[in-house]
Amino acid sequence: MNVLDEIVADQLRTDLPHLASGDTVRVAARVVEGNRERIQMFEGTVMRLRGGGITRSITVRRIASGVGVERTFKINSPRIDKIEVVRHGQVRRAQLYFLRDRVGKAATLRERRPKR
Amino acid sequence: MSNIGLIGRKVGMTQVFQPDGTMVAVSVVAITPNTVTRLRTPDRDGYTAIALGTDEVKKLNKPDSGQLRDLPKVSTIREFRVDSVGSYEVGQTVAISDLFAAGDLVDVTGVSKGRGFAGVIKRHNFARGPKTHGSDHHRAPGSIGPGTTPGRVYRGLRMAGHMGNERVTVKKVRVIRADAERNLLLVSGSLPGSRGTLVLVKKA
Repeated sequence: MNVLDEIVADQLRTDLPHLASGDTVRVAARVVEGNRERIQMFEGTVMRLRGGGITRSITVRRIASGVGVERTFKINSPRIDKIEVVRHGQVRRAQLYFLRDRVGKAATLRERRPKR
Repeated sequence: MSNIGLIGRKVGMTQVFQPDGTMVAVSVVAITPNTVTRLRTPDRDGYTAIALGTDEVKKLNKPDSGQLRDLPKVSTIREFRVDSVGSYEVGQTVAISDLFAAGDLVDVTGVSKGRGFAGVIKRHNFARGPKTHGSDHHRAPGSIGPGTTPGRVYRGLRMAGHMGNERVTVKKVRVIRADAERNLLLVSGSLPGSRGTLVLVKKA
């Protein structure tokens, strides 16, 4: 293993669940408000996964008070407290940009059947 | 004020997270402990410097081994001008932990990547002409000065020519991490040269 990979490997988190596009996830991110730190939850659909190694990130989309909100998280960041997978969605593509054109029930994804 | 530095090799670049969650791009420099191979003194040499060696090899040619005698067989030697040799002694090793710690500012010297014969756009950031609409003036330098008076081109005018492959020093680079165990120094941002290139790291 070369030195650069070692530096990256040291920083990778091992406590993360397997994530895939279409999954509904709950991300607990640490945010600093003034001089106090708290954990902010963000729940939504994983619209895409991006990057490899330390740069790996997910974009999570949700509709908050009628407005579409997308947040990108570097999943190996120390600012992420926890990521939980709530539900696996059945999808046929890696980047779910079509969700941006949909609202309400049309924006929901079928649940993935567990493989036998 | 000049100071002693260390000889290392650029490994490449990657990114690391800071404790506050921000990510920084870092260059990784591998610095195996250097050996002091010689001390230059004003009495004998007319100047003061410390010569450091690195890159140990199995065999050296006669002239090189004659210089080093019973010191480790180092194939790379560089001198650092210092104000005084202080407590350094020939044969002593100098490692990352002796000089650098996270948060320090350093100057890094290396040889930049060669770009060959480069035009003025790449070499001096000139603007290019239009690509279309009948333009003949694509990447040409344009006018290089007045006419009959003075009847010559001004000295120092920026033109096309050889670019890169020259000694470059990047100043005040922040040390993000000094890994004594793996002999690595992580500094913020980019460094001159390609991977595997020799770099000199000094305190800024």
